[in-house]
Amino acid sequence: MAQMRDKRRSLDEAVAGIESGMTIGLGGWGSRRKPMALVRALLRTDVTDLTVVGFLGPDLGLLISAGKVKRAYYGFVSLDSKPFYDPWFAKARTEGTIESREMDEGMVKAGLQAAAARLPFMPIRAGLGSSVPEFWGEELKTVESPYPAADGRTETLLAMPALELDAALVHLDIADEHGNAAYTGVDPYFDDLHLMSARQRILSADKIVSTEELVGSVPQQALLVNRMMVDTVSEAANGAHFTFAGGYGRDEAFQRHYAASAKDPEAWKTFAETYLSGDEADYQAAVARFTQEQKEQQA
Amino acid sequence: MSGAETGTLVQAPATRAEVCAVAVAESYRGDGELIASAFGTVPAIGVRLARATFEPDLVLSDGEAYGVRGTWAVGGPAEGPIESWMSFNQIFNLVWNGKRHIMMIPSQLDAHGNSNISVIGEHAKPKVQLLGVRGAPGNSVYHPTGYWVPAHSTRVFVPAVDMVSGVGHDNAAKAGPAASRYHDLREVVTNLAVLDYAPDGRLRLKSVHPGVTVDEVVDATGFDLVIDGDVQETRRPDGEELRLIREVIDPRGLRNAEMRDGEVVA
Repeated sequence: MAQMRDKRRSLDEAVAGIESGMTIGLGGWGSRRKPMALVRALLRTDVTDLTVVGFLGPDLGLLISAGKVKRAYYGFVSLDSKPFYDPWFAKARTEGTIESREMDEGMVKAGLQAAAARLPFMPIRAGLGSSVPEFWGEELKTVESPYPAADGRTETLLAMPALELDAALVHLDIADEHGNAAYTGVDPYFDDLHLMSARQRILSADKIVSTEELVGSVPQQALLVNRMMVDTVSEAANGAHFTFAGGYGRDEAFQRHYAASAKDPEAWKTFAETYLSGDEADYQAAVARFTQEQKEQQA
Repeated sequence: MSGAETGTLVQAPATRAEVCAVAVAESYRGDGELIASAFGTVPAIGVRLARATFEPDLVLSDGEAYGVRGTWAVGGPAEGPIESWMSFNQIFNLVWNGKRHIMMIPSQLDAHGNSNISVIGEHAKPKVQLLGVRGAPGNSVYHPTGYWVPAHSTRVFVPAVDMVSGVGHDNAAKAGPAASRYHDLREVVTNLAVLDYAPDGRLRLKSVHPGVTVDEVVDATGFDLVIDGDVQETRRPDGEELRLIREVIDPRGLRNAEMRDGEVVA
């Protein structure tokens, strides 16, 4: 009997289909359950000119640090804890080196929903009356309702265009080899919508287990992602580091180290050499050394 | 009202931060059952105070994904029992449904209630990049929106914001019925005063805090505030409110760190 597809791939294999100029969606939220191991894998490629979509944080910052971002679609970019502002994003913006398609947070959800439902747009109020349409230019239009309101007036809403993605990168806590997957933390974020809006659907998970173990280990409602939404699955223990995931908290000390290093070219050179010049195992080993050093300094 | 009957701690006169916390609570009076979202320490105290006293049906979040009951101290994790799950996806649904009253901290605010939290300077190449518009465009056209300004100054209250993140009355009207239908700007509470809006949609001085003069507020505002008739004094906290703030909601005194002027006022 024929077997169901085994979608397990290495991190490097998983991102091998991403090409320069593509539009990629990054799951998670701010500095929460970000697909950081997949982002680090992207840093090891020579891909450039990416358009990045999502509720963004240090994932965008790292891609900018490597000169890979041309344009970003976002509701916000936040580290979620001090210093809150991602320094790579701030540098790229103030130097004018990336194009900004900034929008209301809800517009990100609406744009992904439209793409996931294969619709050209989703009507939304958010953005009306604000400066958002000004810096989207011709890209953001309005749509008039064919149904007058009860008071006889006609509502003209923003027509949020579908955020169609060439690839989506998301990280969940637990998955099987076919791409069924669950979150174990408090929030699914919008990872299912990212995957359903994309042509290449790339999932990493802290651990890959049998389907039976996956289904037995979480409430059914936590099974956010099913295998129809996924092309590749990569096992990446601690793969959301230094953002948090269901099984571990945010590495605040390391995130501060990242943010401080980004502000100084020499410090960044050292950071990149220490953490970003090898593979994922090298990264995790270097992070373990960092954590050990922190402990020793405190002792 | 005297706080003498509730013990020595609440006999001390109210501070400016405590007056502000009560002013925030007052801006939630009559809201009933909706999410009271508050940015900043003083607003966080204010919404908890409102729920613990006159608005018991307010919904408060732990800032992550749960609705939480009870009254707990600021500066630490939510300690009350969980009553509901409100993921970010659900929060957007509730925003769109109108079940929320938010108090945001604007980097800039103009005379019509337009706010900026995104960038200082040109949007294409800003002088300073802040967080981005976040949920401000949606919040301001979907549900009640107020502001907290811990340092009232001409840097915040500007003639024109660099970009419109939260929508003011003039821009809501210009964008038509879809933008103005649920547009509902509420009070602006600052360290000096409480502002609301005149019938023409411009910011109006509603009350000055005890110890603050109208001239001080006018001098700290970069445009002409509407001042019609007598400006009231912001009401002082009563004994039970002071007890709740000092003993239950902010026993560590974090409210004072947010205020440059923590002086005793009443």
